[in-house]
Amino acid sequence: MYNLAESSLIPLLEGALYYTIPLTIISFMIGLTLAVLSAVARISTIKFLQTLSRIYVSIIRGTPLLVQLFIIFYGLPNIGITLDPFPSAIIGFSLNVGAYGSEIIRASILSIPKGQWEAGYSIGMSYTRILQRIILPQAARVSVPPLSNTFISLVKDTSLASLVLVTELFRKAQQIAAKEYNFLLLYIEAAIIYWVICFILSLFQNKIEHRLERFIS
Amino acid sequence: MISINGLVKNFGELEVIKGIDLNIEKGKIVVLIGPSGSGKTTFLRCLNVLETPTEGKIQIDENVLDFSRPVSKKSVAQFRSLTGMVFQSYNLFPHMTALGNVMEGPVTVKKIPKSEARKRAEDLLQKVGLADKIDFYPFQLSGGQQQRVGIARALAMEPKVMLFDEPTSALDPELVGEVLRVMENLAKEGMTMIVVTHEMRFAKDVADEVIFIDGGYIIERGHPDQIFNHPKEERTKQFLSVFE
Ligand SMILES: Nc1ncnc2c1ncn2[C@@H]1O[C@H](COP(=O)(O)OP(=O)(O)OP(=O)(O)O)[C@@H](O)[C@H]1O
Ligand SMILES: [Mg+2]
Repeated sequence: MYNLAESSLIPLLEGALYYTIPLTIISFMIGLTLAVLSAVARISTIKFLQTLSRIYVSIIRGTPLLVQLFIIFYGLPNIGITLDPFPSAIIGFSLNVGAYGSEIIRASILSIPKGQWEAGYSIGMSYTRILQRIILPQAARVSVPPLSNTFISLVKDTSLASLVLVTELFRKAQQIAAKEYNFLLLYIEAAIIYWVICFILSLFQNKIEHRLERFIS
Repeated sequence: MISINGLVKNFGELEVIKGIDLNIEKGKIVVLIGPSGSGKTTFLRCLNVLETPTEGKIQIDENVLDFSRPVSKKSVAQFRSLTGMVFQSYNLFPHMTALGNVMEGPVTVKKIPKSEARKRAEDLLQKVGLADKIDFYPFQLSGGQQQRVGIARALAMEPKVMLFDEPTSALDPELVGEVLRVMENLAKEGMTMIVVTHEMRFAKDVADEVIFIDGGYIIERGHPDQIFNHPKEERTKQFLSVFE
């Protein structure tokens, strides 16, 4: 038993290092970009962009992540789009972070006092410039706590990628467990690794939030 | 230099500015007084086009905005750069230092090279008495210091007219003086200023003209001595009696 725990540790950590963590980081980066674009579209005065953003957020938030992943990986081949497991997962998770992040960033933008826009206009800045130089940097600070929660959830959600055949941490655990007939041990081991990753992240989260607090007057 | 003709501003059904005509000569200091809700803020915001007037014409030197027809964003932005606005609640950018706040307009709007903008921003901050605070963030400054940064930020765009909306009314009493002194110095240097304030001492000492606004109209205007000591209109008398 102790031997199995020890011998499986390396493959599990490999799964985490090569798949779980890259999957999380890449999806989060792409998702964050989508989130900013979608939030900006949503608060813009252009009806078409508003609607587009609203539909995107509604579809992603209103359907299960697992179903989305299945559509991308198992469904798209029916119309001739065949993607490898890893890119499929990246697309699925990015779209998710984009939609949830969009709402977070939109709320943060709206939380910035109107006076900030007016101060920008009064020195002759344009809408885009104000957004870019004045509003988004402040909204980013407001967004950090909820976005870091999203990030930590994402680490855990990536276990769903096992179902579209990404050999990440949890799939590795499944494979070894099936071979060795010890499900309890392997799944608990996987759980502990997820927990350690999330615990370390939450330490960072506290630190960042502490540092940001002083700017919010 | 500034001429305002038939200025009207409605918020939906609510008529706030009901037709104001006003000419102000270069270098004059005009103080607007009036009861709460009389439209003083709205009037100033119209001059800075933070509110789009419903009707009327505003002219500063040769630049005209005529609101009887739609105005383009570009002409509004251009017109805005002629006026500098100082807000009651300062509205400094909290994520930028004092220097950053003052440099922002020159660098992003006027495209002045950073080193030059920096030098001018330093000079302006020195002028408002904050030479030793240039690297401070707003949250590290007192209200009076923040408001002086606000004045420097507006001045950095080299406006022809400075608009002040109750610049000292959010301040603790002991901080009011330092802001008023900066404004007095500006006045002495020949800046044209329109100031909404309840600081009657400032109005008496510094203003060239005092304008009493009530219910969206100019009720009475004149030299401070005339308005404060010999008001003609009943409403002006009533309003001023509160300050005795
Ligand atoms: N954005 C707005 N939408 C609707 N009504 C407004 C708006 N801004 C101002 N008003 C109304 O216009 C009127 C004049 O307001 P304004 O702020 O110009 O008065 P003021 O003279 O500056 O008052 P105070 O001395 O209290 O600052 C008020 O009745 C106010 O409720
Ligand atoms: Mg007001």
